[in-house]
Amino acid sequence: MPTTLDSPVAANTKYEPVIGLEVHVQLLTATKIFCSCSTRFGNPPNTNVCPVCLGHPGPLPVLNKKAVEFATLAAMALNCRINETSIFARKNYFYPDLPKGYQISQYDKPLAEHGFIEIKINGGTKKIGITRLHMEEDAGKSLHEGFPDSSEKTGIDLNRSGVPLIEIVSEPDIASPDEAYEYLTRLKEIILYTAVSDCNMEEGSLRCDANVSVRPRGQEKFGTKAEVKNVNSFRFIREALVYEIARQIDVIESGGKVVQETRLYNSNEGKTYSMRSKEQAHDYRYFPEPDLLPLVVDANWQAEIRKTLPELPEARRRRMMADYGITEGDAYTLTLTKFLADQFEEAAKAAKNPKRVANLVQGELLGRLKAKGLEIEQSPISMKGVAESADLVEAGTISGKMLKDLYDLCFERGKDFPVVYEEEGRPKQSTDTSALEKIADEIIAANPKQVEQYRAGKKTVIGFFVGQVMKASKGQANPQLINELLTKKLEG
Amino acid sequence: MDLNSLSIASARAAVQERKTSAVALAEAFYAKIASDDPKIGAYLTLSQERALAKAAEMDALVARGEKLPALGGIPVGIKDVLVTQGVKTTAGSKILSNYIPPYDCTAVARMEAAGAVVLGKLNCDEFAMGSSNENSAYKPVHNPRDLSRVPGGSSGGSAAAVAANTAIATLGTDTGGSIRQPASFCGVVGLKPTYGRVSRYGLIAFASSLDNIGPFGKTVQDVATVLGVIAGRDPMDSTSAEVPVPDYVAEIEKPVKGMKIGVAKEYLGEGLDAEVRSAVMAAIEKLAKLGCEIVEVSLPHTKYAIPTYYIVATAEASSNLARFDGVRYGHRAQGVRSLSEMYRRSREQGFGAEVKRRIMLGTYALSAGYYDAYYLKAQKVRTLLTRDFEEAFGKVDAIVAPTCPTPAFKLGDKVDDPLAMYLADIYTVTANLAGIPGVSIPCGETKEKLPIGLQIFGKHFAEATILRVANAYEKGA
Repeated sequence: MPTTLDSPVAANTKYEPVIGLEVHVQLLTATKIFCSCSTRFGNPPNTNVCPVCLGHPGPLPVLNKKAVEFATLAAMALNCRINETSIFARKNYFYPDLPKGYQISQYDKPLAEHGFIEIKINGGTKKIGITRLHMEEDAGKSLHEGFPDSSEKTGIDLNRSGVPLIEIVSEPDIASPDEAYEYLTRLKEIILYTAVSDCNMEEGSLRCDANVSVRPRGQEKFGTKAEVKNVNSFRFIREALVYEIARQIDVIESGGKVVQETRLYNSNEGKTYSMRSKEQAHDYRYFPEPDLLPLVVDANWQAEIRKTLPELPEARRRRMMADYGITEGDAYTLTLTKFLADQFEEAAKAAKNPKRVANLVQGELLGRLKAKGLEIEQSPISMKGVAESADLVEAGTISGKMLKDLYDLCFERGKDFPVVYEEEGRPKQSTDTSALEKIADEIIAANPKQVEQYRAGKKTVIGFFVGQVMKASKGQANPQLINELLTKKLEG
Repeated sequence: MDLNSLSIASARAAVQERKTSAVALAEAFYAKIASDDPKIGAYLTLSQERALAKAAEMDALVARGEKLPALGGIPVGIKDVLVTQGVKTTAGSKILSNYIPPYDCTAVARMEAAGAVVLGKLNCDEFAMGSSNENSAYKPVHNPRDLSRVPGGSSGGSAAAVAANTAIATLGTDTGGSIRQPASFCGVVGLKPTYGRVSRYGLIAFASSLDNIGPFGKTVQDVATVLGVIAGRDPMDSTSAEVPVPDYVAEIEKPVKGMKIGVAKEYLGEGLDAEVRSAVMAAIEKLAKLGCEIVEVSLPHTKYAIPTYYIVATAEASSNLARFDGVRYGHRAQGVRSLSEMYRRSREQGFGAEVKRRIMLGTYALSAGYYDAYYLKAQKVRTLLTRDFEEAFGKVDAIVAPTCPTPAFKLGDKVDDPLAMYLADIYTVTANLAGIPGVSIPCGETKEKLPIGLQIFGKHFAEATILRVANAYEKGA
């Protein structure tokens, strides 16, 4: 479910922030966008390189078709209109980790435009427009530390140079740090569903810059914006925006003017710092990349790509609520990842009561995973195991208590539910009526006060007796059977 | 048998028939280079080891009784803007004085795969920027026909080596006339193919949308032979075309009778040297006598070609040359204290004056606020120039013109006047802007015995047509 942060900004009645986000997403192709080098993360520096991505004199870029398909798929998932013809352009600037002295990107004719995603905010739904989605190549990395001579030298690792990226630029539709957080969460979720990226922020496969300005409420014209860069988690984006909005309001309130500039966020201090002003801003001297032909993704190709578009999270949640009778909250939790949702659905379809499966996943499984620091993918209990356990509880074969114990054992032993269930000798619940009758008689005799209440009409007291019998039988009894037995005895 | 003056066909036949060997041929060329090149300056780097290994390989083929490939045993030279794996490649620039490429240019690889023996790398204007070869950071090239004169540029070394018999054929590059103009000045045949006909992979880019690799030879047939080897789609160059490669050597022997040859008045106007003019007019008459129909055509936007060219070419160059930053290879300035100082000093020390001038011009043309007025406008004019040719080629099969307004000028004559130097390209830049093929063939001499070049333009991918006209003229002349 969307979370909200009670920020003082949102409560500011005099000013309103205007936020637009630029998100870079690394595509999960096996090879780079313009050469056949591997995109593998974590290889020794400068081992995934060739004359093309090293920027040697003479080689030429050749566009990776898979990267085009991934970018187009992401654009479709974000409700964008695909431009049948788009143009690569050179963005010229000098930087040591930019080997050619220009980045091949797209400028005035991007791959896709006019998209949107829906976010949930304050109980309602809001559409955030996506201006454009374009393809580009990544730069390398400057290594300022970690080497014996780092104090005087900077190393360059060009393994990342030429890794395919998409840049997703939002409209300035975002009105608060919470909306920004929610937009990013939904965006990441959608991209993950399309499986074109792993969106791993630590490895840099998802990066975000924010453009933010403030204006007096009711004013139509935008205020002067600052671009906040270098923010490496969604939480920090929210914090950086909270800080930056307050800073800009302060500047205006104290009679100053916000200057257009690029600012860096320092997460340790929770502050943004000026990096360069508009006057120092780069003139990128964009022009069409003469080494590449215009990219044409025609109707046929688009149709092929569209076929691979999976059901997206929002649609899936609505369908799951209808199919399995689960709540919106259940649906959000169970669609946190596509993997989890797929697993859940598989289990829910196999189980007698999908709602019970949903409850078990949320009540018993996720908590244990969290305690162990495991991802759902690493769960010892498969969804098939969850479904089986749900059915056993449903049939009254095992009790809730037994299920909890068995789940604990699964996590201890790192084994799936059916395995542990088998190992524990399929602990049959006691259906030995004579033994149970004996226990029931003893319990009834020992609790005359409750018997009196029951007979006076307070039928819910039966729960107390059932509990007592269960306890006495060490959870081995079938609760339904006990219930019947006790009712007969108390009524009689 | 004078091994150095053989054509490709006769040299190949001599090796095949064991009248000589490929190794002996290579050695004869190295001997000629040793004796004659010091006063010409065509070669920057020799690659004996690589050459002799290839020659021995060709001799072994012959010894096994096998047929030599198209260029089997043919000693060739390569302009130093085409990279050669393991052989120093400088682009005529100090900034690459220590650069050993880790890979081969496709055109060079195709030449070697066809049996060519690469003797070495040929001098040129720095990064192919120039019309006299005086912009080489290493040494000027002297025109073998008159050592006091320039060989033309930027492929001056490539033209001079063929003219001086220090290579049978060579590869050059042509961005605004850099093959045709030196071919004209040195009295050899030089072809700029259609854009996309020959892969640019491994060509150190000057202006990517204008650069072409093409051959020099003593005869039209030699040029046709080399073109057949280097032409054709290369998956490593997205702009190389998927157009079948005809048998050029066979095609050029077809008759020219009845062909329509266009003559454009825009190429015969003010600024054209009188002797060049009369040689070109005589050539046109000759073509008429060979049975061609001479038709007047108009290419009205020709007058805008030079400014258009120098905006597009310098804009692309400013970006293409950004990679020479001293970070990964090439010259890096010493004793610098900051990153920006490293960039500035490395490029200041590594690049020559003309390269810096063009980087500045191009940077300006692409700058915010100027892009529309310069680069975008130039691209529009380029479209108009291309349309001029398309319309003309609706009426004719080929268009003839002088290659250059003047014969070879003296070394030092224009070094202080870049604009006069730029105007030496006035008849050649149009083919690059339009992407069409153009060939320059010798068409007589001035009273001072300086060669004059006749230029023949064709439709896109109509190399066979213009070479056919050139061959007919050469044989009939």
